[in-house]
Amino acid sequence: MGIDIKFPIGLMFFIMGLILTIFGLFTNSDAGLYHRSLGININLWSGTGMLVFGSLMLWLAWKSRKTKSK
Amino acid sequence: MGTNFSLDWIDYLVMVIYFLFVLGIGWALKRYMKDANAFLEAGRSMPAWVAGLAFISTNLGALEVMGMTGSGAKYGMLTTHFYWVGAIPAMVFLAMFMMPFYYGSKARSVPEYLKLRYDEKTRGLNAILFAIMTILASGISMYALAILMEKVLGWNFHLSLILAAAIVLAYTYLGGLSSAIYNEVLQFFIIVIGLLPIVILCLKDLGGWSGLKEHLAPIVSAKGFAADTWTTTWKYTGTAKANPMGVAWYGIFAGLGFVLSFGYWCTNFLIVQRAMSAKSSTAARNTPLIGAIPKMFIPFLIIVPGIAALVLLNKPGSGFSLPEISPGHYNYDYTIIALLKQYLPAGVLGLGITALLASFMSGMAGNVSAFNTVWTYDIYQSYIRPVTGNHEADEKHYLFVGRMATIFGVIVSIAAAYLASLFGNIMDFLQTIFSMINAPLFAVIFLGMFWKRTTGHAAFTGLLAGFLVALLHHGLTFPIGADTLVKGGWIYHLHSYPVEMAQNFWTAIFAFSTSALLTIGLSLVTRQKKSDGDLKGLVYSLTPKIKDKEVAWYQRSSTLAIVVLTIGVILTVLFW
Repeated sequence: MGIDIKFPIGLMFFIMGLILTIFGLFTNSDAGLYHRSLGININLWSGTGMLVFGSLMLWLAWKSRKTKSK
Repeated sequence: MGTNFSLDWIDYLVMVIYFLFVLGIGWALKRYMKDANAFLEAGRSMPAWVAGLAFISTNLGALEVMGMTGSGAKYGMLTTHFYWVGAIPAMVFLAMFMMPFYYGSKARSVPEYLKLRYDEKTRGLNAILFAIMTILASGISMYALAILMEKVLGWNFHLSLILAAAIVLAYTYLGGLSSAIYNEVLQFFIIVIGLLPIVILCLKDLGGWSGLKEHLAPIVSAKGFAADTWTTTWKYTGTAKANPMGVAWYGIFAGLGFVLSFGYWCTNFLIVQRAMSAKSSTAARNTPLIGAIPKMFIPFLIIVPGIAALVLLNKPGSGFSLPEISPGHYNYDYTIIALLKQYLPAGVLGLGITALLASFMSGMAGNVSAFNTVWTYDIYQSYIRPVTGNHEADEKHYLFVGRMATIFGVIVSIAAAYLASLFGNIMDFLQTIFSMINAPLFAVIFLGMFWKRTTGHAAFTGLLAGFLVALLHHGLTFPIGADTLVKGGWIYHLHSYPVEMAQNFWTAIFAFSTSALLTIGLSLVTRQKKSDGDLKGLVYSLTPKIKDKEVAWYQRSSTLAIVVLTIGVILTVLFW
């Protein structure tokens, strides 16, 4: 109804992913922070994953909008 | 107690972004809410994948996530019976055999189907019980959320409660069922993405699945079970004593796999409503099937970490702990929280907490949006103000009533939440009681759909008697070790079960059997008031068979159903 849910989902995960990726990059050398996650920079990994997922959703939303307007 | 932690600014940032989107979706939908149909039925316009994910998300509430992770620690992979045998056959059955009647009959709710198929009194009984049950469930979920915020994050109980209620009210008031459904889809993705890091990190920590098995062997043996009991599903169900659930294979099969799961998935309007919002009858049939696919894989997201938690709990130097109820008895409900704390640093921690908050709130929103539909159509429209004939004015009026019911529902939920905080046991008790309406309801709906002879008087009596027998069974039996009457035995101790789960299974089996036998018997001696013409579209034998030949073979429900069942069988064999 009304809106295409792929768009807000995509946008939200894109924004969150971007924030976590940047946070992960800035805290990359912070061994204390990543002690819990077994030394893995989990923010960077999750953030990148969310960026990819968010972009995919946005692309799908853009694609279905194009087919609709035709 | 080891489960409280403080959040960083980055965690709050993630949380705030999520709630802005939740409210934003409600706001964006506001202008489409022009009539009651749009508000209460989402205009029957949802694509199958949206309805399917919402369908499964409604079931993936926070209490479910917390409880099932705890069950993972307590029972291991046996918990998957709730996800595989206890869900998949019922979901496929709903899709293939029941959805055509729910959707095709143009009923707007499950109680309304009862009205069309049987009579007013059967509808009334079900509508009233359902309305009370959803509000109670919503209140209990609200209470659990606030208590969690208080204990874990140190937030104020009252403030958490009011804030959560205000957010839920805002987006369900603005966008109705569509808003609830869209947010359930958003919640589905945030739960998966938010909990995935825990699964990966705990498996890596313990050396993968094989490492987990090795760690488990001595712990499980010490409990008196075979070394691989926690990592298998059916292997130790030959006798009830051989597995920690205390139920043998036939109990799992009949109690969980048939009565409980068919009762829950096929007749609970909260669930069925998602499929009824789909845009076409094919989409409605595909909704439970699409939902079934993620359902089968959710155990890896929430049960596996629970099993890992059992290892961590027994591993010196892991630093992992759970709050204790009494010395040596852990409160397993906190398993997921403790795991979040164990593995997640600031950033993804905020994501994990947001996922839990999201599932609490969408659980409330789901209940409220089912409540307002049943209230408006099945109670208000049938007993207080029937339709006048002026369609446009009616739609406007019922939209207004639906909105008021939303506000009313949230306020009563808050009251129920406070009752739960004062008399926790009584609320648990009430919820147990009301969960007993599903098994007899399934008997009545099933007979109604597949046997045209079933009469209204028989259905009403069957429904009521099934409920009373469930109550009686609960009052006469109790699980060994139960310290309160809430768990049963409040009439007389006639029989005792080794665990609570066994008691629940048998309560459902008794309720279902009584209801089914009584409905069949009475149908044979009472007169059918509905003609075959009345029952067209409501009963299997009187409805033309559906042919979904017009869609491509891979979009057909039958194809999807085969795919779902095949995956189910493969998973069962792999983890036998």
